[in-house]
Amino acid sequence: MRPVVVFTVCTLLAVSLAAQEPGVLRFGGDAEGGAPFMEADPNDTARVVGFEVDIAALLASGLGRSSRFVQVGFSNLDPAVERGDFDIGLSGIEDNPGRRARLAVTVPYYEFREVLTVRRSDAGRFRSFADLRGRRVATLGATQAAETLERARTEHGVEPVIYEDDVHPYTDLVVGRVDAVLLDAVLAERGVRRNAALTNQPTDLGVGHYVGILAPRAAALRDRVDGLLRDAMRDGRLQAIFTRWGMWNEDQPRLYARVLAANGPPLRSGESRAPESAAAATWRYLPALFRAALITLALSCVSMLLAVGSGMLIATGRVYGGGLLRAVLTSWVELVRGTPLLLQLFVLYFGLEAFVQLPAMVAAVLGLGLNYGAYESEIYRGALQAVPPGQLEAARTLGFTTWQTLRLVRGPQAFKFALAPMTNDFVALLKDSSLVSMITVVELTKQTQILAANIGSWFLPGLVCAAMYLALSLPLARLARRLERRWGAGIHA
Amino acid sequence: MTALSVRDLQMTRGARVVVQQVSFDARPGELLALMGASGSGKTTILRAIAGLEPIAGGTIETGGVRLGPGPLPHGAGLRALHARVGMVFQFHNLFAHLTAVHNVWLAPVHVRGEARESAERAARRLLDELGVGGRAEARPHELSGGEAQRVAIARALAMDPPVLLLDEPTASLDPERRMDLARTVRTLVEGGRTVLAATHDADFVRGCADRVLLLEAGRIAREGSAGPGE
Repeated sequence: MRPVVVFTVCTLLAVSLAAQEPGVLRFGGDAEGGAPFMEADPNDTARVVGFEVDIAALLASGLGRSSRFVQVGFSNLDPAVERGDFDIGLSGIEDNPGRRARLAVTVPYYEFREVLTVRRSDAGRFRSFADLRGRRVATLGATQAAETLERARTEHGVEPVIYEDDVHPYTDLVVGRVDAVLLDAVLAERGVRRNAALTNQPTDLGVGHYVGILAPRAAALRDRVDGLLRDAMRDGRLQAIFTRWGMWNEDQPRLYARVLAANGPPLRSGESRAPESAAAATWRYLPALFRAALITLALSCVSMLLAVGSGMLIATGRVYGGGLLRAVLTSWVELVRGTPLLLQLFVLYFGLEAFVQLPAMVAAVLGLGLNYGAYESEIYRGALQAVPPGQLEAARTLGFTTWQTLRLVRGPQAFKFALAPMTNDFVALLKDSSLVSMITVVELTKQTQILAANIGSWFLPGLVCAAMYLALSLPLARLARRLERRWGAGIHA
Repeated sequence: MTALSVRDLQMTRGARVVVQQVSFDARPGELLALMGASGSGKTTILRAIAGLEPIAGGTIETGGVRLGPGPLPHGAGLRALHARVGMVFQFHNLFAHLTAVHNVWLAPVHVRGEARESAERAARRLLDELGVGGRAEARPHELSGGEAQRVAIARALAMDPPVLLLDEPTASLDPERRMDLARTVRTLVEGGRTVLAATHDADFVRGCADRVLLLEAGRIAREGSAGPGE
């Protein structure tokens, strides 16, 4: 035990020392974003390469420091920089009034257009949001495009589908799970390059800018970074970086001219709404959170039904079945219990794409239901075996068949034994259901995450979300206690 | 005429022989007591007759149903056996999740296909006759040992088996209740039923048995009529 403590303390010390190391500029980003932003160097996977990495190096050298990469999930970059996990965030981070209100934001260094991508065969009919009424349009969560799509939902009736990454929106567009993708031009170009069946529409859907983000207390550093960026705009070093990554276009000189002409207040970006307080934003998101809570509840109930049904079948097969059936079922249970639920969801939704394109909700119910079914089966198996064998013998001497004994004597008692652990599992499933956000289902946690990314804080959204989960799970626990009292009387005697 | 015929019964537990060369007959309207020390094979013989344990040798015949060495009876064979033979266990083995009366009507409804209402009426009548009519709605854990014993007898009788096996029927009863039970069982026998009781309660045997088989180490050591002095 002691060496572990010593190791932990040393690590924490080393980390906090590194955090204060004056000669280093720590830049945060999400390498999962991939090229051209940043990705693992194919020659040395410990290093990252990309235009953001080059910009970080440019800034570091201007500050007389060396740059060091810090990996942070894309949607958590804002709170991470505020907390001081790194000095500057550079990861295709979009400029918006909310960020400007909360953080120290640099001048914009790249201008992108929002681009609508569709299948080539649909190029003639899906040109704008109006053409996509009632259709599913994919995007990446916590982006300007996601906000734009949310507005298009009310204005044009499109159905936004939020992804956790920027690769699967395009592959799902190819197989027909969605009818269009809205993302910035950099991602759209890459999406079309990788999928020959897709094409980008020329429709103007607004522009946005990439910026660097720093903690509010680092305004002085931000001003120095702004100076360095302006210098690099003037002397062509930024142009060289974007040219190297194939991103330079005629929009950039116009942006640079505006940035170099302006002094003081930042440029207004694609979105023009005034920043709102966390409380106001949470209030505005409340209906969406309630909707998401309903989805969580419905998803959990249907999944639990599947878990109970499949669990009962598996348990019955393992208690009554022959050697082969028992071996097959035991292997299934071990396979499901021995692999992560998240992996199972990915395999069901993305992995089987080539054979069967399950709707996200179906994949979610199957994943959760079959996963929990394996655990339930172990509970039921134990419960079946807990019914005293004397009662089974009594049933036999009364002439009951095995099936009748299971249905009338053993099953009902086993069910009561299983009730408490089952309720426990239902509450666990309710919370694990948040994992299905990884396959585009927007349930309570995902909706909260969107809100948190939007206002740059987890505090209020986290409280509201926790209250909603409690409101869902506490009545369940009460119901279970009541059922146990009503049904459970005597059978433990 | 015999209701039950056991010939050269042999039973084993692993390599150990626990019952050997046991032969006896029982007539309709006869109460036959199997007596003997613990481990002498009384309960094992009852369990073999009830089709709960495989037999290694010999035969058991009752009303045209014949058990021999080999796998336990199942399906139609099991149903035919239990149309003939009912069993009351030492620890009653009542279905813990059901009320007393539900324990009694469950088999008539689901095994014999009787209507629920008439089966329940018959069950209440049986419980009344056995003196536990007032406990019909109680759960097994709410019953005393004697009450549970009577409910278990009612459950077996509800299927109206010509042969009734009782395993240590008085073990959970106080002396007064034992004599009550002896009278109850006697009434069943007078009605033409064959009762085979494994017991080491000499008072009970004196009170109601017609004949006694004394077992020692899995064999019949003595056979005689029951009565004072046995």
